[in-house]
Amino acid sequence: MEINLVDPFWIAVIGTSVLAFTLKYLGHSVPKRWLSHPRILKINSLIPIALLSALVGVQAFTNGSRLVADQRMAGVGVAMVALIFRAPFPIVVLSAAATSATLFHIG
Amino acid sequence: MSRVNRATAAQSLSVSLTVGTYGVAFGAASVAAGFSVLQSCLLSLLTFTGASQFAVVGVLGAGGSALSGIATATLLGVRNTLYGLRMAPVLNVRGLRRILAAQITIDESTGVALSQEHLGEKEARQGFWLTGIGVFIFWNIFTLAGALGAQAMGNPAAWGLDAAVPAAFLGLLWPRLISKTDRVLALSACVLALAMTPYFVPGVPIIATAILAVFLGMRASIWR
Repeated sequence: MEINLVDPFWIAVIGTSVLAFTLKYLGHSVPKRWLSHPRILKINSLIPIALLSALVGVQAFTNGSRLVADQRMAGVGVAMVALIFRAPFPIVVLSAAATSATLFHIG
Repeated sequence: MSRVNRATAAQSLSVSLTVGTYGVAFGAASVAAGFSVLQSCLLSLLTFTGASQFAVVGVLGAGGSALSGIATATLLGVRNTLYGLRMAPVLNVRGLRRILAAQITIDESTGVALSQEHLGEKEARQGFWLTGIGVFIFWNIFTLAGALGAQAMGNPAAWGLDAAVPAAFLGLLWPRLISKTDRVLALSACVLALAMTPYFVPGVPIIATAILAVFLGMRASIWR
């Protein structure tokens, strides 16, 4: 087996892993006062909300560089209803998959 | 090693099993995005922080570059630094143990540790290690299962995997939407990313939304 080091998937695996560990280790090693500024804490709590929302939108409504509405939209809509009714995570994901797959086969 | 508190052990195990099973969704999403089974398993072993893993496969799956995938995943991993800061004085470890502690510093291990602090510092430490190691084991086993399953499936859309991935992101996002600011940010980030999609290379519209978070975070502290 050989690993192609210019393959974007391998670069992503290695780069993400190295940086993820560095960030974790940093927290265990730097003095607390460096990163406990209230503004940094606030921004840090908001960044996942922005990125995850963007990912939901892009994964559900785009195909390459085009905006589209297809079976994925219905799947995510059902997932949102499941979340509103406080369904556990596996139900949320499975209900989305079942909805999307059904429409895919009908369509 | 001192005795393990039974309540702490029970909570650690239930969190580990529940969260670990999400690994099926990750393994399947990763293979559907074009990563191999080996690459998917390495992401779970080495990156080992769910939101970042979903993000990097999401960005590359949408046609984004490795760089924008890494950048998005890394921004999502910054919170682990803050968890490390919080846990370091509780754990008080050096050398190899610090390396192991760092690798299992995630939402769940920190969350269980903090929830056990009222019982004592020993229970907090036990909660951290038991949950971190438990999630690590189950997350990796279930990643392999999900990756092999998706590989056997063929077309991801025929099984609804194309909708399961954004649904998984939504499930990760939902518990974070507490204040009005959170909901405004979520909606505007989604709209901004979609509005940018036709004009920018994939990946860039996602990472650009971090600017919205920085902007809102600055304003929040000005108001205070």
